[in-house]
Amino acid sequence: MNLLDILLILPAVGFLSTLLTPKDNPRLTRTWVLCISIITFLFSLLLIGPVLASPGRLALEGNSPWIEYPAIRYHVGLDGLSLWLVILSTFLTPIVTIVSWKYIQNRVREFYAFLLALLFGVLGVFIAQDLFLFFVFWEISLVPMYFLVGIWGHDKRIYAALKFFLYTMAGSALMLVAIIYLYNKSGTFDIPLLLDMMAKGRLLLSPTESLWLFLAFFLAFAIKVPLFPLHTWLPDAHGEAPTAGSVMLASVLLKLGTYGLIRICLPLFPGTARANAHWIIVLAIAGIIYGALVAMVQPNMKRLVAYSSVSHLGFVVLGIFTFTQVGLDGAVYQMLNHGISTGALFILVGMLYERRHSLEISDFGGVATAAPWLSTMFVITTLASVGLPLLNNFVGEFLILQAAVQVNFLYAAFAAVGVILSAVYMLWMVQRVFYGETPETVKHHMPDLSPREWAILVPLIALMVWMGVGSQSFLPPISANNAQLLQVMKQPAPPVTVLAAKESVHAR
Amino acid sequence: MPANFMPTAQEYLRFAPESLLILVGVLLMILEPLSGPDGKRKFAVISFAALAASIGLAIAAGMDPGPAFSGLLMVDGFATFFRVLVLGVGMFTILISTNYLKLEGHESGEYYALLLFSIVGQCLMAASNDLIMLFIGLECSSIASYVLAGYLRDDKRNNESALKYFLLGSFATAFLLYGVAWIYGTTGTTNLSAIRAFLMDPAHHANMVVVGAATALMFVGFAFKVSAAPFQMWAPDVYQGAPAPITAFLSIGSKAAAFAMFVRVMMTAFEPVKERWEPLIWISALATMTIGNTAALRQSNLKRLLAYSSIAHAGYLMVALTAHSEIGTASMMFYLTAYALMSLGAFAIVVYVARKGERFVEIQDLAGLSQRQPLVAAMFAIFLLSFTGIPLTAGFFGKFYIFKAALDSNLIWLAVLGLLNSAVAAYYYLRLIVVMYMQPPPEGAEELLPPTIGIRVTMLVTAALTIALGIFPSFILDLAGKSAVFAR
Repeated sequence: MNLLDILLILPAVGFLSTLLTPKDNPRLTRTWVLCISIITFLFSLLLIGPVLASPGRLALEGNSPWIEYPAIRYHVGLDGLSLWLVILSTFLTPIVTIVSWKYIQNRVREFYAFLLALLFGVLGVFIAQDLFLFFVFWEISLVPMYFLVGIWGHDKRIYAALKFFLYTMAGSALMLVAIIYLYNKSGTFDIPLLLDMMAKGRLLLSPTESLWLFLAFFLAFAIKVPLFPLHTWLPDAHGEAPTAGSVMLASVLLKLGTYGLIRICLPLFPGTARANAHWIIVLAIAGIIYGALVAMVQPNMKRLVAYSSVSHLGFVVLGIFTFTQVGLDGAVYQMLNHGISTGALFILVGMLYERRHSLEISDFGGVATAAPWLSTMFVITTLASVGLPLLNNFVGEFLILQAAVQVNFLYAAFAAVGVILSAVYMLWMVQRVFYGETPETVKHHMPDLSPREWAILVPLIALMVWMGVGSQSFLPPISANNAQLLQVMKQPAPPVTVLAAKESVHAR
Repeated sequence: MPANFMPTAQEYLRFAPESLLILVGVLLMILEPLSGPDGKRKFAVISFAALAASIGLAIAAGMDPGPAFSGLLMVDGFATFFRVLVLGVGMFTILISTNYLKLEGHESGEYYALLLFSIVGQCLMAASNDLIMLFIGLECSSIASYVLAGYLRDDKRNNESALKYFLLGSFATAFLLYGVAWIYGTTGTTNLSAIRAFLMDPAHHANMVVVGAATALMFVGFAFKVSAAPFQMWAPDVYQGAPAPITAFLSIGSKAAAFAMFVRVMMTAFEPVKERWEPLIWISALATMTIGNTAALRQSNLKRLLAYSSIAHAGYLMVALTAHSEIGTASMMFYLTAYALMSLGAFAIVVYVARKGERFVEIQDLAGLSQRQPLVAAMFAIFLLSFTGIPLTAGFFGKFYIFKAALDSNLIWLAVLGLLNSAVAAYYYLRLIVVMYMQPPPEGAEELLPPTIGIRVTMLVTAALTIALGIFPSFILDLAGKSAVFAR
């Protein structure tokens, strides 16, 4: 059995067994889920070795037939692009399990079962090498998040959950059409095989076909990213979700979109991607600035962090569509950074909420006096988020801006405004929440960090520093993969006549 | 045809499932007045056993395919598939009916006899290879179901439902019969294979206006029976008014049988003129799913919502017909199987939640179901996700195969609009999940007893099969693929 199969089986078994734990003993459920998720995380660390050993290629491939007609294969594999995203997902699951330890008191079993189902879905997306399999996991990851937001969220949770589900569903409907169309054209769902057929000229798409297919995939991914102006589901979903839901949503689910762009849109439709890069970059930059401006005026901390995600993900899309080594490296690295630092921000905001039962900035003030350690952690995370050197986001943003300068100086100029604005809205929030006078309501409801909270925050802060200082621990497999991707994108299709191509397709 | 025509034993065997059901049905009618008020439960057992035996006979008959009764019936793989499907639906209908009838105080043998007669008609619809036979099957099935729709005769809604169904149904059947007459006038035959041969033969110079008009007239009849736009108006009222188990039966069994005859006629007799009816079908398909889905968005009654959802699913099924290929037919058969499973499960739960007198059929009555009966809520969620088309459920592969068939025949816009439609549909299916999972149970709600054994079995079996087909669809799809070959 392949290591990746076990990686998928662990959360699936966890999901089922969690449902079977006794109903009246939530403590047992929590402990059990914590064990399962830590085991999954430790297990996922075993995957690093094989991937590092084969840079730029798929490691740990597993390929067996699932359905005969149409030929759908269970084809999984791991490369430098998915490796860290897989580990990010498995790393955050035990963390959010501890985060929800006290907060979730209602229907505990279901909550943790959905959490593990979510992990199952996202891991599947990151390792699927078959378009159909990719789609299946893509949709699976949608359902548990819908329940997490809808059942355990705040006041407007139902509206937010529905909106989240329907947006993604609409996007994925078009993606499914595109996937089937590609299959009818080529006879396979297999991504490496499709790339191979394209490279050998056995699969030729006319520019119109290519454009429509690209747009169908792109729309599905752009909704998930979310790219401005498709982002409107995000503040609602983030704002209403329970802390664990917000963390998984921001840190992992959003990455599915950018991951899809790199995994599918770029290599399969290189020409179209290049031809459309300009307006996509404009949207990305619009998102960076718009997200930052709206974040600035949010009275609600969670929504503020949510809008900052729109801004940060705009950077990622900008990096991807520069089609440069530096830009892509930065984009992938920034996906990880955003996962860590925004995840940590949501957790910290959640801690404030558990103390004061409010998310409004105006209900706070002077928290630093009442809870100095909590404030310190918050400030460090904030500084990471705004891109202070030595902390993680700086590396990603720097690489992306560098790539943007290479492509067009104007892009970089506008994107850099976003960096400045991010400092403005984050620091302004910190100032209003943590400094100034301490109202009575805050003074008596603000205990400092408990050991459980220390256990959550220390690994996150350590990673922020590690990723900021030692980026070379993480970047090499990513770079190898991106180099490979750029190679694929450069390759002109060999001159084969359309007729011959068709024949060879039929001959298969 | 020889004057002293005498069917062979083999032909009787091919007709055995129907024969058995007719015999048992008549037997039930005779036994009914002889049994006391407490002895009604045995009728359910007898008819359940009869249906199970018929499935065996249908499979046995399917082993030896061929025509029967001088080409009136055609027992091929297609017929066998649908026979087994409608017989199975009948069995589950009995499972969810018994307790319902007891609660309503209307337990009697007639109910089961009528059910069996209706199923006989459905089996005939699936197997008939002649327009006259098809008409007999259709009438046999419809007349019994008109009565079933109004079975609780003291209930106003039942009466409305039965009357509407009867009047509109008769009207639609008349159209169908008129179309049959036109066809007979043009081609001189009612046998599907003979009609096909006539239309294929260029020597005949068939008058296309007459053939087209006849097809259109027959389409009216078919579209009514499958509740396709613009002849879907009856469905919500009838489905809402009828007793809940009968609503399940009508929206699953009758619909499957109607699709069987629809497809068989279109794919055999009228296949030579497919260019002419194809646009008609896909326009109707698109209209059907759009009307069904948009109307379902605004419903507050559970039965009515499922009625509109069943209209929408008829729309998806018709998309498969536009592909007019064996793959298209196979995907339609797969979808019908998936649809039957998830609808049966959903209706079992509706029957369960409605309780005596069907007092709790509003969507709001589901509030907090996940806390009151977690298992039922979880099963309902599975069926709803399957209706929506989420992977790892049968409904997903159903949609996938259907829209793949549409793309195979280059109907890209139809596939795009169809899938967007299913995104719209997600809204109202999710709304039910919202009510069950995200709203608290109402204060002082009447206690909800655990489901009875019939409901429980139906729910669990259909849910297990829904998931199984969602992971290994090949089992049914291969079967459907092999069965989708028509004897022409």
